[in-house]
Formats: sequence, structure tokens, C-alpha cells
Amino acid sequence: MNKDSMISECLDSIRHNGKKGLITFITAGDPNMRDTVEIALGMAEAGADIIELGIPFSDPLADGPVIQQASQRALGSGTTMARIFEGVKEIRKTCSKPLVLMGYYNPIYKYGIRRFAADAFQAGINGLIVPDLPHEESGPLQDAARETGIDLIPLVAPTTTGLRMEKIAADARGFVYCVSVTGVTGARQEINEDLETFTGMVRRHTDLPLAVGFGIAGPEQAARTALHCDAVVVGSAIVSIIAESGKASASGPEVEKLVRLIRSALDQH
Amino acid sequence: MSCEKVTLPDERGYFGPYGGRFVPETLMPALEELEEAYRSAMADPEFHKELGYYLEHYVGRPSPLYFARRLTDYCGGARIYLKREDLNHTGAHKINNTIGQIILARRMGKQRIIAETGAGQHGVATATAAALFGLECAVYMGEEDIRRQSPNVYRMRLLGAEVIPVSSGSRTLKDAMNEAIRDWVANVRSTYYLIGSVAGPHPYPAIVRDFQTVIGIETRRQVLEQTGCLPDLIIACVGGGSNAMGIFYPFLADMEVKLFGVEAAGRGIDTGEHAATLSQGSPGVLHGSLSYILQDQDGQISCAHSVSAGLDYPGVGPEHSYLKEIERVNYTSATDAEAVKAFRLLCRVEGIIPALESSHALAEAIKMASALTPEKIIVVNLSGRGDKDIPALAGEPGVNS
Repeated sequence: MNKDSMISECLDSIRHNGKKGLITFITAGDPNMRDTVEIALGMAEAGADIIELGIPFSDPLADGPVIQQASQRALGSGTTMARIFEGVKEIRKTCSKPLVLMGYYNPIYKYGIRRFAADAFQAGINGLIVPDLPHEESGPLQDAARETGIDLIPLVAPTTTGLRMEKIAADARGFVYCVSVTGVTGARQEINEDLETFTGMVRRHTDLPLAVGFGIAGPEQAARTALHCDAVVVGSAIVSIIAESGKASASGPEVEKLVRLIRSALDQH
Repeated sequence: MSCEKVTLPDERGYFGPYGGRFVPETLMPALEELEEAYRSAMADPEFHKELGYYLEHYVGRPSPLYFARRLTDYCGGARIYLKREDLNHTGAHKINNTIGQIILARRMGKQRIIAETGAGQHGVATATAAALFGLECAVYMGEEDIRRQSPNVYRMRLLGAEVIPVSSGSRTLKDAMNEAIRDWVANVRSTYYLIGSVAGPHPYPAIVRDFQTVIGIETRRQVLEQTGCLPDLIIACVGGGSNAMGIFYPFLADMEVKLFGVEAAGRGIDTGEHAATLSQGSPGVLHGSLSYILQDQDGQISCAHSVSAGLDYPGVGPEHSYLKEIERVNYTSATDAEAVKAFRLLCRVEGIIPALESSHALAEAIKMASALTPEKIIVVNLSGRGDKDIPALAGEPGVNS
């Protein structure tokens, strides 16, 4: 089961080749949608396996300052769901890698759950991560996503109990997103010492690929984290580069450089 | 008691279609733990004994139900009674809830308390309860609110709490709550998040309501003692909605008692600068529950506006959304100007300085009283006192002169 997903197929084939997957995150529309398309294509070119695009939200309560500010920049540039879907279509024209949207529930709810799933699928989206939608509340979106063939990718945290993990794993598709720390998003200096125990526990509940995110600051941490999972998610570290330059023309090559460094660190281990 | 027949929320935390738990997975086990601890506390006579002790001897309950004779005469209609929550220790109804939740937090073995605050009343009440039990306390408060409610900032610091300024978004209550939730996500194992309104994820709306219900239980007894009948109208202001839930709840089954929740119309409903969530908003998810919210067409949360920091919030507790939907409560609104006028009137005719929040309920009462006959009884929940608002109003005409 769950093997008809492009996302799990992608990560499984990486796993079978003894490699580690790289999932890179940027906020859609930061600093504007045209630049997002360029940066996303650049990341794919530089070795990212899956591209994750954040849907900006006014009140991103699971995010640290870096992604909060990215959300503000994206909203400031007039980013809407419709423009994000247009951007995704642009990326899809030349990129065949899995594309995942990450967004808070309210903009999705307001757009209309079924309409959202249908439009996202039509634009070329393969997966969806909703950080404020726990398993208990995920029914309606789960149903809508299944109907279209989009994977609703669940998050598990170090605080998640075995009983919850079992329920979450039963409905999981694509991969299981393991939140490495109890905390919000943002690059950190140390990685969680108990990561191995944590992902080991998740592994007992699912055969799906496991991706670890939240707090991975650079190549060295990515490689160390990857020892305990199938893929790593890098977000704030990339978004920081965009924040500093403010323009794709400047940040694009810098982002690609970081993605290449992480790619090669992952491949050397 | 009539309220015991009401069994909402359901086991998933829903009041009809509203409520639930929309939070990061990291917090879900903590909410389950809280729900279990709350259930066990409510079934434990020792818990009720301890809570009752502090409400009586520390908070000063019961608070009086006071017949406002001069205000009644001024309006020339229905008799107006004030439920004097302003006379509680710390000067507002907020302490009813913070004492209850602090005792709960101690039972759970939590050493650190965090809270969000708008007007600062909940922050002060939390800092007070934390000091009373020797717990560490941090309060998130928007920079805009720190500016306009400065007396409460000093009070919190005197009480040993750390006041953490929030500079994101509109720098008001909404953003303080975002930041408190982020803190809780990072420190969930050691920290108790003490929510001050009937908002947030399940079980908070039920917990806060239950701890505030003491207002309505007392009111019911007092109004029967003093007048021999139930009131015709009960009026309370609604930001997140805790003082309103507290006074409404024991009357929900008394259909002859009309209930009015008054939201902040700010500079006027048609200016777009208001906090009238129930009358102008639409269903959505904010701060952990599905309820009415102020949002734009893309589902981005709008900035609320009110002269009163405690009502300046683009969300509302899910049970209020439900009570609106079943038409048990009428939700109206009062503008900044109407609230300030009512504030000044109560000062002059009754010698009571009300909170700007409560002044919204007063404004509605003043409007309605004159249209009613003297046999009618209106109870206004005077949820807090206005000392904290004096610096913000000092520039108003007639205050300095």
C-alpha cells in the first residue's frame, strides 16, 4: 500500500540506491512569485530531490522568525493561492521532481478544501504538509487529497506517543515528516541527540520513507541527521539567503551553492 | 442546575461545528495530558475545596451584584444591575480562571507558567497566581498594548513575571498569542500554557468557561435574592469571550433571559477598523480552534482595532460561534466613542471607573435601558476596573480639565 505515490517512489528509489533524499523549502512569493519559480528550478538543478513551497500565512505559529518574515515578504508582494498555483505550473513545465506545498490550515479552509486539492493537483502538486492540522482534524482534507491523488504528509514530533504514532502512520502517505526538535522552525547549532531513538520509534510504525526537518543549518548537520533517516528537509537556512539578498538574481546562485554543498555532504556519507 | 444539562463540547472538543484542536503535533500529547488532568481535577473534591478557598479568601468572592440606582435614573427605563467583577483582587474577572488553572498546573507538576495578554488583566492575574504559588512566569504582550496599558506592565514586573514584548504583526493580543504558542511548542514538557480566554484548542475553551462560570452562578443567586426573579437581559462584552461565557453559561437554559454579547465596533463597523468578529467575520481557524475570525478573502487574518486592548482580537471563542449559530445569544457591537462615553458616564454617576472593555457592555445597556420599562431588569457584567486605562484616556477631553 501507499506505493503508488510519486513522492514515496522517489524517496524509495533513493533509499534502494543507498543514498539520502534532500528536500528543500522556500516560501512561495518570497520575494515574489517569479523569483520563486527561478529559485525552485535552481534548487532542483543543484540536487534537491523534492521541492517544498510554503504558502505564506499571516500567523505562522509553528515557524521561527526566518520563515515568519519570509511569509510577510511574500504577502507583501501580493502572493495569493491562485498565484502560487500559477507558479507551480511554471515550475512543472520544466521540472519533473515531486513538488510539495506546506501551508497552514486557514488559507486552505478558506479556499475550500476540495477546490484546493483539485487545483493543487491540476497545477502539478504531489504532496501537502499542514503543520497545524493534527491527525484528529485531518479527515476532510485527507479525503479530498486522496480523491485527487495528492499525498497528505503527516508530521510526528519527539513528544508524539506510540499510540498516536500508530494512528498517524496508518493514514500517512508520501513520507513521514519527523520534527527533529520540540520547537518551531529555524536553523539550530546542535542536532537532537535522541534523534536515533526518535526515528527508530517512528520506523517501527511505518515502512514509508522518513524525512527529518526543523533546525538543519548546513551540510554537516544534514549529513549527520541523514544517518538516522531517509531524507532531510532544509528550510530556514535557504530562506535566510533569500532574506539577505532580497532578489533572485543575487540569491539564486547562493541558494544553489548551499544546495550543492548539502547534496555532496549527503552523498559522501 | 440548568447548566449541567449542557454537555458541550463533545469528546473532540466541538461546540456544534466549532472548536476542535488545530495545533502542531508537538502540542497534541500535551493537550491530551491537560484534558486528562482537568477531568481528574474536576472529579476531585479536594480540588474544588482548594479552588473555593482561594476564590473566597484571596480573590474576595462572591463579588457583589450592585443595583446602579443613579445610572438607572439617568437612563430612565429598565433597572440596571452591575456584577462587580471589578472588585476582585487584581481588578477583573480574569483571576477566577488563573487561580483555577494554576492549581491545575501544580497538580500536573509544571514549574513554569506562560500566558498571553492584551489589556494586561490576564497577564496580571497570571503573574499574581504564579507569585502566590511560587511558580516562574513569563507573559507575552504586544508592543502596542505595552504602550497603551503601561500600568499593568509595571504590575506584572512587580509581581515577578517576565513581560516579553511581541513586535510581530499588529503587536497586539493576536500576536502575543502566536508567540506564547511558539514558546509552548519549544518548552511543552516543563511549561503550562495558561490561556486567558475561552479560545484556543480543546480543552481550553471548556476549562476557561468552567472556571468563569462562578460569575453566572453567583449572579443567578444574587438576582433572585434581590429581586425575586431572573433578569430580562444579561449584557457582557466579548473579545475572546471569557467574562461573557462565565455569566451567560448558567442562564443558557433559561430561555426567558435574553443574552447580549457586545463586540468592539472600533472606529465604526463600516470603517473596517473594528473587532466585531461575530457580526463581521466568517468561520476559520486561528489559534487552535475553528470559530468566527476576521480574515480577508485569502484566509489571511485581519488586524482588529479597538480602543480597548482586551477586545482588540480578530477571533472569538468557539462556543460563542455556536451560541450565535443557534441564536441563543445576540451579538451586537459598540464603537470606541460609545464605550468611552459610557466609561465617563459611569465614573460620574456611580463613582465607578470601569474597564474600557466592560464599557462596551455598559454602552449597550445604556442604549437598551431607556427603551424598556422599570420592571425590566438588566444585568451588566462589569468585568474589570478601568485604572489601567487612565493613561491611555488622559489625553481625552474632560479628563485633564
